Amino acid sequence: MSVPAAGTWMSDGVQTAEIAASSADPKGAAVRLQDVSKIYQSRQGEDIVALERISLDIAPGSFVCCVGPSGCGKSTLLSLLAGLIAPTTGRTVIDGAEVKSAHPKVGVVFQSDLLLYWRTVLDNILLPVEIKKLRRADYEKHALELLEQVGLAGFEEKYPSELSGGMRQRVAICRALIQEPGLLLMDEPFGALDALTREQMIHDVQRMWMRVGNTVLFITHDIDEAVFLADRLLVMSPRPGRIDLDLTIDMPRPRQQSDIHENPNFARYVRQVREIFEAKGILKA
Amino acid sequence: MSQEATVAVSPGTEKKRQVKKPRGEPLLERFSALILAAFILLVWQVSVPLSGISEFVLPTPWAIASRIVTDFPLLISNAYVTLFEVLAGFGSAAVIGVPTALAIFYWRPVERAVYPLLIALQTIPKVALAPILVLYLGYGWAPKITLAFLIAFFPIVVATVVGLQSLDKGLVNLVRSMGASEWQTFTKIRLPAALPNIFGGFKVAISLSVIGAVIGEYVAAEQGLGYLQLLANSQFDTTLNFATVVMISGLGVMLYFILTFVEKKVTFHRESAK
Repeated sequence: MSVPAAGTWMSDGVQTAEIAASSADPKGAAVRLQDVSKIYQSRQGEDIVALERISLDIAPGSFVCCVGPSGCGKSTLLSLLAGLIAPTTGRTVIDGAEVKSAHPKVGVVFQSDLLLYWRTVLDNILLPVEIKKLRRADYEKHALELLEQVGLAGFEEKYPSELSGGMRQRVAICRALIQEPGLLLMDEPFGALDALTREQMIHDVQRMWMRVGNTVLFITHDIDEAVFLADRLLVMSPRPGRIDLDLTIDMPRPRQQSDIHENPNFARYVRQVREIFEAKGILKA
Repeated sequence: MSQEATVAVSPGTEKKRQVKKPRGEPLLERFSALILAAFILLVWQVSVPLSGISEFVLPTPWAIASRIVTDFPLLISNAYVTLFEVLAGFGSAAVIGVPTALAIFYWRPVERAVYPLLIALQTIPKVALAPILVLYLGYGWAPKITLAFLIAFFPIVVATVVGLQSLDKGLVNLVRSMGASEWQTFTKIRLPAALPNIFGGFKVAISLSVIGAVIGEYVAAEQGLGYLQLLANSQFDTTLNFATVVMISGLGVMLYFILTFVEKKVTFHRESAK
């Protein structure tokens, strides 16, 4: 235990028992999209179809990755579920309730950490609690536990400017988890991080999810990252935004990045996704 | 991960190092401004008698300083008058300017109607209004406070609007995803993020307010530092004139530092803004 940043998420021995417990008691939310379309108006007045008639059911507690190029509507999908935008047609339902505005069971991690620089790490994590006008004291202990789990114990009084990019994104994840959301939405959360930090974060997110057992929708444009993390992989393509492939990723967990590339299944899944992008002309062979 | 690890092992060292850094600088560099100022004053002090210029025409810094000491009651009682005008003018500019900026930011029609008008009015040199203000408002406090207000208003409005507009849109989405109301978005995100800009506007405005008040006193007054200067002029009292200039700049510097102090208390230290 030389490095605090490599905290509990990584200590495999402790995890196994917790994983068993969490899978017996799924805390995830069920997500259903019915015929959801989203059409934007461009400045010239043309219709831009960001999502076209998407129907999708996400099982509670599953880790769903959504991979596709820019403009394929994956971020639109996330904004719909976060209640930030309304669909043009169709319904978005989380645990039986239609999403009309921000849903209390949803936590979001954005591409940039979006920490408030004038607040300490702890105050940043407690921001959702303040906004929902809940008692701060009830959540402080949980916030400190979350920090410990992401290897940032003792950093609660620091300011974001004193942390590295990876640490800041960990704090953003803690903030999304503070109210134990049934659905965690992650919008290219590691896109701004360097390769090594990113690899560590991917590993840590798997740990976090195995422990918490919530439903995760993880959006990325990195095929390897998506295959590594997903139970279920949605491959999307743009104009109009559609789901081209709905792939079940069947590989045992915890997955290890050290040997995942030697796994023939991993290579097969990655190839399947690539073939779609090549067929669509997104990747040129 | 490795670069995080080095930071993580010793949390806090980064910050301490930053704080300590200036102390490591050579003395000459740290006090370079003070040393230069002292040098200029020294040259001034020495060259007046050497050049044969009469102290009546150009008093030495020492003469000015001793005059400030001997005539301190006179100077300070007039300084209080000017200070009051500045504070009243600046205060009302802040109290009216910040809400005006909020209205411009939140309501499109206000932005469309008021903002261009404000910018057009800004092209009028405010000091040119001083004689007119005297005409309407008389010889008392009112024209000075009005001038200090007019000159301070615009920078406060513009700085506040810019501060509100420059907010990262992602932050708005973040708090909306938490279910924040528009009021909460304002108090938790917009206002704290705009505070450094608002204080930037305040600092420009307070220095301008001093100019406004003094100009107002030049035009017509019975008290205040501007009035005292005119009095000294009429009596060919150059030393008192210079002493008053020192008092006016002292007033500006003092107000500026008070604002900086308040800013540090209210907002988070700026260097970590990005």
